[in-house]
Amino acid sequence: MLNILLSRLRQGYHTNKYSVETPELPLRFRGLPRFISDLCTKGCGKCMTACPTKAISKRKGITFDLGKCLFCSACMDVCPTHAIDFSRDHRLATRERNNLKLKPDHHFGLAEPLEGNLHKLFSKSFSIRVVSAGGCNGCEVDLNVLQTLAWDINRFGIDFVTSPRHADAILIIGPITQNMQLALKKTIAATPDPKLIIALGTCAISGGIYADHPEQRGGCDGHKLNADLYIPGCPPHPLTILDGLLRLLGRV
Amino acid sequence: MSKNHLVALNGSVHPLEEIPVLDFEIFQQAILDSAKDNNKLVCLTSDQGQRAFAVMADQTSKSFKVFQSIFPETFPSLTTRFLQANLFEREIAEQWGLQPIGHPWLKPLRFHKQWTSDQYSLPWTLGDPGAQDFYNIFGDEIHEVAVGPVHAGIIEPGHFRFQCNGEQVFHLEIVLGYQHRGIERALVGGPHQLSLKMMETVSGDATIGHSWAYLNLLEALAGFQISDRSSVIRALALELERLANHVGDLGALAQDAGFQPTSAYCGRLRGDFLNLTAEICGSRLGRDLLSLGRANFDIHPEYSQKMLKQLSEVEVDLLESIELLWNTSSVASRLEGVGIVSKENALELGMVGPAARASGVDIDARRDFPLAPYDIIPLPVALEDSGDIYARAKIRATEIKTSIRFVRSALNAIQNMESSTVAPETEYLPKLAPNSLAISAVEGWRGMIFHLAITDTNGHFERYKIVDPSFFNWQGLALAMQGENISDFPLCNKSFNLSYCGFDL
Repeated sequence: MLNILLSRLRQGYHTNKYSVETPELPLRFRGLPRFISDLCTKGCGKCMTACPTKAISKRKGITFDLGKCLFCSACMDVCPTHAIDFSRDHRLATRERNNLKLKPDHHFGLAEPLEGNLHKLFSKSFSIRVVSAGGCNGCEVDLNVLQTLAWDINRFGIDFVTSPRHADAILIIGPITQNMQLALKKTIAATPDPKLIIALGTCAISGGIYADHPEQRGGCDGHKLNADLYIPGCPPHPLTILDGLLRLLGRV
Repeated sequence: MSKNHLVALNGSVHPLEEIPVLDFEIFQQAILDSAKDNNKLVCLTSDQGQRAFAVMADQTSKSFKVFQSIFPETFPSLTTRFLQANLFEREIAEQWGLQPIGHPWLKPLRFHKQWTSDQYSLPWTLGDPGAQDFYNIFGDEIHEVAVGPVHAGIIEPGHFRFQCNGEQVFHLEIVLGYQHRGIERALVGGPHQLSLKMMETVSGDATIGHSWAYLNLLEALAGFQISDRSSVIRALALELERLANHVGDLGALAQDAGFQPTSAYCGRLRGDFLNLTAEICGSRLGRDLLSLGRANFDIHPEYSQKMLKQLSEVEVDLLESIELLWNTSSVASRLEGVGIVSKENALELGMVGPAARASGVDIDARRDFPLAPYDIIPLPVALEDSGDIYARAKIRATEIKTSIRFVRSALNAIQNMESSTVAPETEYLPKLAPNSLAISAVEGWRGMIFHLAITDTNGHFERYKIVDPSFFNWQGLALAMQGENISDFPLCNKSFNLSYCGFDL
């Protein structure tokens, strides 16, 4: 018993202070991509062919679809004029699927808070039921981390609940495999209204790496499912996830 | 008698014609004979439903034996004589419609259509994997408990069906397939641009293990050498992955045993190890850390210094947290003597990794089939013999200490190694040796990750087989629960901590 107390004293308090202070991110962290159109002098399209998930398109000017992006830096590495780089900005979550389509020199539409009754209901107490539907355990890992004392997500009134009956939101991970479709549908149906849908990670948004496979259905895009919050990344950093949830609840 | 098999090393390439083609009956007998010599079946599969390949791991000669034959439409099942063939035969039946006659429980593994047609191979495959026939026990006092696919927590989906008498579990059947994303099917005709990304997400918590196994194989087929420095960085990343997961597992075990201090500390410390990986490559799970012919990121001296400092800080807190766990009798009473897998059973099932070592099975691919740098820096193999939850926890604690030592010496060594910061730019998708077979094995944190590739006349993958350690070990979990209280399931499950998506592919 004494040892437990002594170790508690010695190890001290470690919970980070987000959103008052931003915890230090690794130097090589890749956040919001930046495209500097002035530097793109060649228009060679090498970035488009290098992108493994075809997240970059050229229709009506160059567009980065963060809902497909793996943040792998393949585009940056091939660009002969260094027109692409990845900032260390961890804030990536949006309310609209279209806002994930990043255009150079356009304002990136970060998630706006819920409004009206939904804000009143959820902003102080928000219960999430997570459904992994083909996730690789990457998003799961970085979501689980938020429950540790390093992040202590409960301090914001956000809880991960075991029953959909207790949930305010269903958070989807993975490209939604054929074999999980029914279970996901039933879980969503079992959640009382009003309920929100959150798509976590590139797979859940667009199918990601697996978007072309018949064994899955392309995440929310493929199911024409409008999520209330999109958190891109493969997987998103815990800070990106927390920031997205807090933005939704109007807490940052 | 001429040799009936090919001897292959980890990361070696062989023309297919070098592998003797046996009659199917002789092929099966050769597998059984090899098993009698204490070789372990690591892979039994087919290319496009025609040729049969079996790979046996031979610890004593540090090599693999590869057998080849042609699959008849139907063939006598090996499973009743040789349990390690069980899941492989079910897989072959599901993928190609070949029928192992006399298989005691020929149920699909992943509930998908045949690769070559729009048909389901087996009559079960209609509807949800959890709504199928199960092994039943009947009797007045017997009841069934069904859990999943959606679990209570942030966990991947799977279905567990318990046959219970009161609290006691008589039998547990685990049904997976919910996570099936078609990775192996998509690799046919590859390598493709997305292949490496798929490897990183075979099991996202074993990104380094699977991507190293894949690259080792691809480099062999393409004839690339990687620098010593790159291989040290790969091993360093693999050990950091092991550390993060082992630490997390000890925390999860403490949590389920109701011991908050270690649970809280290890939860945090696991993140610290993930952050060390992120120091190298920007991603906590090691995404993009490895690439063909090299490690994608170098570790500059100032990085090593920073990481060494962080490692020392984390180590103190970690060892203290683990010590608390061992010194708490209420924890010991939950872990000791519960969820036992005997050594005989572990061997019979072909279990791998920490779960096998906890039952006294002395295997570790880092020693048995070493890739550089493990060939010159041998690591001691942790062993326990009680086979219970306690032993599986203890193995992790021992491996944590070994891995920390390894990471520290690697970080020191790398500062003096010839810098190859300008890594050779290699072709994105190289030309591979045609009509060849290559194998690759990496000791991931759950056990040996095994990959096998067979190339066609154009040097594309005709077959790419992935065997995640969970493939064998899920059966160990089911066995460990026999006779135990159902309330001990969460603890027992955490002590294995297996991959759903690594199994489902």
